[in-house]
Amino acid sequence: MFHIYCPHCGEYREEEEFHPAGQAHIARPLDPEACSDKEWGEYLFFRKNPRGLHHELWVHAAGCRKFFNMTRDTQTYEIKEVYKIGEQPSVVAE
Amino acid sequence: MTQKNRLQSGGRIDRSRTLTFTYNGKQYKGYQGDTLASAMLANGIDVIGRSFKYSRPRGIIAAGAEEPNAIMQLGATEATQVPNVRATQQELFDGLVSGATNGWPSVDTDIMGVLGKVGGNMMPPGFYYKTFMYPQSMWDTYESIIRKAAGLGRSPLENDPDTYDKVNQHCDVLVVGAGPAGLSAALAAARSGARVILADEQSEFGGSLLSSKETLNGMPASEWVSFVTEELRGYDDVMLLPRSTVNGYHDHNFLTIHERRTDHLADLAPAGQVRQRLHRVRAKWVILATGAHERPLVFANNDVPGCMVANAVSTYITRYGVVPGNELVLMTTNDSGYQAALDWHDAGRKVAAIVDTRQSPSGDLIEAARKRNLNIITGSAVIDVQGSKRVSGVSVAPISADGSRVTGSVTKLSVDTVASSGGWSPVIHLSCHTGSRPVWNEEVVGFLPGPTVQKQLTAGAINGSYSTGKALEEGLTAAVEAISALGLKAAEVVLPESVDVNNGAPMTLFHVPHLKPTAKAPKQFVDYQNDVTAAGIELACREGYESIEHVKRYTAMGFGTDQGKLGNINGMGIAAKILNKSIPETGTTIFRPNYTPVTFGAIAGRDCGALFDPERYTAMHKWHVENGAKFEDVGQWKRPWYFPKAGESMQDALNRECKATRESVGILDASTLGKIDIQGKDAREFLGRVYTNAWAKLAVGKCRYGLMCGEDGMVFDDGVTSCLGENHFVMTTTSGGAARVYEWLELYHQTEWPEMEVYFNTVTDHWATMTISGPNSRKLLQELTDYDVSKENLGFMDWREMQVAGVPARVFRISFTGELSFEINVQANYGLHVWEKLFEHGAKYNLTPYGTETMHILRAEKGFIIAGQDTDGSVHPYDLGMAWCVSPNKPFSFIGKRGMAREDCVRPDRKQLVGLKTVDPNVVLPEGAQGVFDPKAPIPMPMVGHITSSYWSANLGRSIAMGFVKGGLDKMGEKVYYPLADGKVVEAEICSPIFLDPKGERQNV
Amino acid sequence: MSDNVAVEEQAPAPATVAIMDQRPGPEIAGESPLHHADLDSLAKQGKRQGGVHLRENKLLGHLTLRCNQSNSEQLAAVVRVLDVALPLQPLTSVEKGDVSIRWMSPDEWLIIVPGEKAFEVESRFRDEMEGHYSLVNSSGGSTVLELSGNNVVDMLKKSTPIDLHPKEFPVGKVVSTVFAKSTAIIRRTGDKRFELVIRRSFADYVWLWIQDASREYGLVVDA
Repeated sequence: MFHIYCPHCGEYREEEEFHPAGQAHIARPLDPEACSDKEWGEYLFFRKNPRGLHHELWVHAAGCRKFFNMTRDTQTYEIKEVYKIGEQPSVVAE
Repeated sequence: MTQKNRLQSGGRIDRSRTLTFTYNGKQYKGYQGDTLASAMLANGIDVIGRSFKYSRPRGIIAAGAEEPNAIMQLGATEATQVPNVRATQQELFDGLVSGATNGWPSVDTDIMGVLGKVGGNMMPPGFYYKTFMYPQSMWDTYESIIRKAAGLGRSPLENDPDTYDKVNQHCDVLVVGAGPAGLSAALAAARSGARVILADEQSEFGGSLLSSKETLNGMPASEWVSFVTEELRGYDDVMLLPRSTVNGYHDHNFLTIHERRTDHLADLAPAGQVRQRLHRVRAKWVILATGAHERPLVFANNDVPGCMVANAVSTYITRYGVVPGNELVLMTTNDSGYQAALDWHDAGRKVAAIVDTRQSPSGDLIEAARKRNLNIITGSAVIDVQGSKRVSGVSVAPISADGSRVTGSVTKLSVDTVASSGGWSPVIHLSCHTGSRPVWNEEVVGFLPGPTVQKQLTAGAINGSYSTGKALEEGLTAAVEAISALGLKAAEVVLPESVDVNNGAPMTLFHVPHLKPTAKAPKQFVDYQNDVTAAGIELACREGYESIEHVKRYTAMGFGTDQGKLGNINGMGIAAKILNKSIPETGTTIFRPNYTPVTFGAIAGRDCGALFDPERYTAMHKWHVENGAKFEDVGQWKRPWYFPKAGESMQDALNRECKATRESVGILDASTLGKIDIQGKDAREFLGRVYTNAWAKLAVGKCRYGLMCGEDGMVFDDGVTSCLGENHFVMTTTSGGAARVYEWLELYHQTEWPEMEVYFNTVTDHWATMTISGPNSRKLLQELTDYDVSKENLGFMDWREMQVAGVPARVFRISFTGELSFEINVQANYGLHVWEKLFEHGAKYNLTPYGTETMHILRAEKGFIIAGQDTDGSVHPYDLGMAWCVSPNKPFSFIGKRGMAREDCVRPDRKQLVGLKTVDPNVVLPEGAQGVFDPKAPIPMPMVGHITSSYWSANLGRSIAMGFVKGGLDKMGEKVYYPLADGKVVEAEICSPIFLDPKGERQNV
Repeated sequence: MSDNVAVEEQAPAPATVAIMDQRPGPEIAGESPLHHADLDSLAKQGKRQGGVHLRENKLLGHLTLRCNQSNSEQLAAVVRVLDVALPLQPLTSVEKGDVSIRWMSPDEWLIIVPGEKAFEVESRFRDEMEGHYSLVNSSGGSTVLELSGNNVVDMLKKSTPIDLHPKEFPVGKVVSTVFAKSTAIIRRTGDKRFELVIRRSFADYVWLWIQDASREYGLVVDA
């Protein structure tokens, strides 16, 4: 059970209030029609699965309903930071 | 029966309160303050079960959570049966009924015992794999016999009458364990103003101090315990939890505590009380003061009842006033073991010998033994035990200094009790739960908690700090560290003065040698609960299992309900020796939640019965119940499924509901449909991006059906969205999809298109929605409103605001049945009023309530899809024959457009949704049936798609179905065959899914 | 007063949003989400002693406002309409007279007013507030439970993972969170007094849950 700091509510809440929404920073291609099948397939289906730091998208579903990003160590489950949509992580894998 | 082993005085028991209990059908007496184990020992009960594999008689070995043998079945009635209770942790109460878990037909005459006697070679490690796996068809038989005979306890066959619940807790510091380290930590944290939870698995706080003869500040240690406990009780922000086992340590300092609130009182919890409570704790800091378990030594026949861990012997004498035998031999590798012999002697019973494996031990306790003229045999070991249901004697022999072999001749001693101490193992289980690997410490001869990312501190014996003074000090230090980290100011705590005991160096000995090689020697048990022997571990190593994790799995060491608390370290030591490696090289051991077994009741809490899962009701639910609706679960909603009249079968009811709707008027409670209010100047553009069809020109007052796809182009939801104002829409979703669609809209708005001016609000619960459908629906509606609802004034796919039955309403002329149909929406607080008014006026039109099943039939007659039934995430709008609902020329590349253009999505042989008419109109295909083009093809036949919807249509007087067929849209009139499980093959013809009124004339009136 | 006195009366622009007075005349009684539980009878006949007290504050006007908290014009409009400012601090609430406002999200507030005032307030917002915002009447979709008593915190601890210690959850704080297997908006209105806003469709479940969770303390239903 994670204890997650919601950057909008400004406090820690229990994991059961949140939903994970996959890898963060997957931007929708601005011109989908210009994508090849392969490029579109990569956008749709291909995700990182690192052992270590991972940037994830979460939503505070039972709380403020805002999406936000989380940098999490998939090995230790430490949450290194949370940051709002549109912001860049300050903790990144080397 | 007399309590033959009970001392006249001493112990923390109340001799004025005699309690009666039953064990295996016989009645015994004990005292208030006893555990079931101490009371059994007081009564001289030696055999408390049979071993798992060899069915050997077993007795109580330990005095706490680490007990591997005394696993009892409790319960005076069928409903109150509890399996898997350690007698050493169960407090005695009057009327307690217990029985041995293992042993069939009884612990004294045991069928498996025969097997055990001959079974040395018959049941080697891996015996499940080797002996019972073949022939495989017999496994079920073997397993049931093994289970019955080995006895893993049994669950009750009746409902548990007790109440269990869960409570969420938050604290600054959770202290686990209320021994000297835990108490000093809790005291320091509490005085500093921290929010503290102190949990201990025992009935009283004090830990080792409860069975100790030590003094603190010159007083008995237990008095200091009382002072501290009293002080702690006085703080508002301190929660004291005795009888509470911290069972799991999860991520981010989330811990679960299993509190047994009434297990010590009676078979059933007193009225109104919760039997057990699971505390879900989020702690800013955790201080583990969990202590240590003494390791028994591994020697031949070390499982004969009467063999005990040395410290347990002391605990029974000191804490419970029970001496579990008459003549004791103590074998020890260290000084602390001597305490058992001292206590035994001081209780007035005979110590035959202290057998010290060390050549020349020295220390305060050894001096104390010498003062009492106890017989100390050094450089020797108990290498074998005589007796079967109780120890009758032991063989003692000198051993080499490294403990590897017997070096001299055997002396026999006549004793009935063997206490052994191989040193201590810190209780590191909780720190392992979060993935922290323990670290071997040569000095401690044990694993210590490893590095962790949790906000966790440790104090006392868990660190290998076994003296009381050190434990007190470490508790304080840990608390101060936590307090400072919390930004609090540490208050002063003066620790009590303890008397230092001067201890000599211990010897490391995991395996006591025998005259014979291990494989030939009598069994030397390492893991009692799973019957793992030293020979078994050697065999596993010889057979090539080199990692301790593999050895454990092959031998089952540590896989019992005791998780190898006593045996794991000895087992690892034995494996390491055979593999000629160090223990850390052999591998570490890791423990997982839960520390001790937790009842299912505590895990379920109150989430059972009516509270198992929320039932969501509409505003008209009460009416449905009163009118005999059968309900269907749609997500968490309870929706009327159909409304049977007296004597009607389900099909009768459906036939009646379907016909009444098409012939006159029916009514459906559609309140469960998801509804999302959308406002903002970009609302229209947003709709165009999330729906596949066009929204740019939908006028105020108009409604439109929309399909929603994922980026992969696959349909995931659908519904009608209406334009309420130029910048204002209300979207409907499927009943089950409401939350998902809302989150989907927010996801795209928040992450992809934040610049768009649009806001979404869920209004599902706000509106009560009732759909009247059928040729007489207009007449009925007109009776209840002054607004002109004629075709001219309220056209198909229009909505208008009006009063219905005196209540302001939005009425949408949309249809899911293909009939003239009106969807009336009013604020839910007035839903039932309007619903009842409709029935008052509807009687003359035979207004018929219908449920989800009739809704499904009526829509299937029209070929309308249900997202989630006719779609499964793998079909795009073209597969559904819904090209009319896709606008590929919209300027923005809407969600799903690129996905449905992928190469795989434009294959001509994709499975496509079509109508299917069975050649025999009376046969209703089962939903899910797989179709084939050639029923004579060899098995496995190529399957071409399945049936998604299938019903009996009373209106058409035949069966109808929808389903996927490969390339089906181009195969109109062709045949598909459905081979069924019963061997019949149903022939069906591909047709348009619009079975009724293909021109849509009925709804356009 | 404006100097531009010569401005001609213009035909009103077509409504960009649809608002509607959703309440019927007084002759039609509304039925709150817990109507079927007949709390009034329980209040008359039930026990008067217990650690947890419950009252349904029913049929109030619930309005969800979504707007931009950095738009000072919009904030000023709120004060003009409600005579109280939006709470901008996360997880805070304000209350003035019969109006209370709860922070829900950085761009969302739940306003509760007497039921008969909902439409008036909604209309005034439409007159006073400009720019991009949404205002939605959600009065039928939820109800308010007032919970109080010596054991109210004990009961709530069985129901929500939120830390209710006064240091962490002072009077006025409001959270949207998990309540048993449903959700609730929980606001502390006093030392031993809380307000729950719960969804209509889950109301019966929450009512069952509260009865069960209060059992060991005794539940008193207040009228």
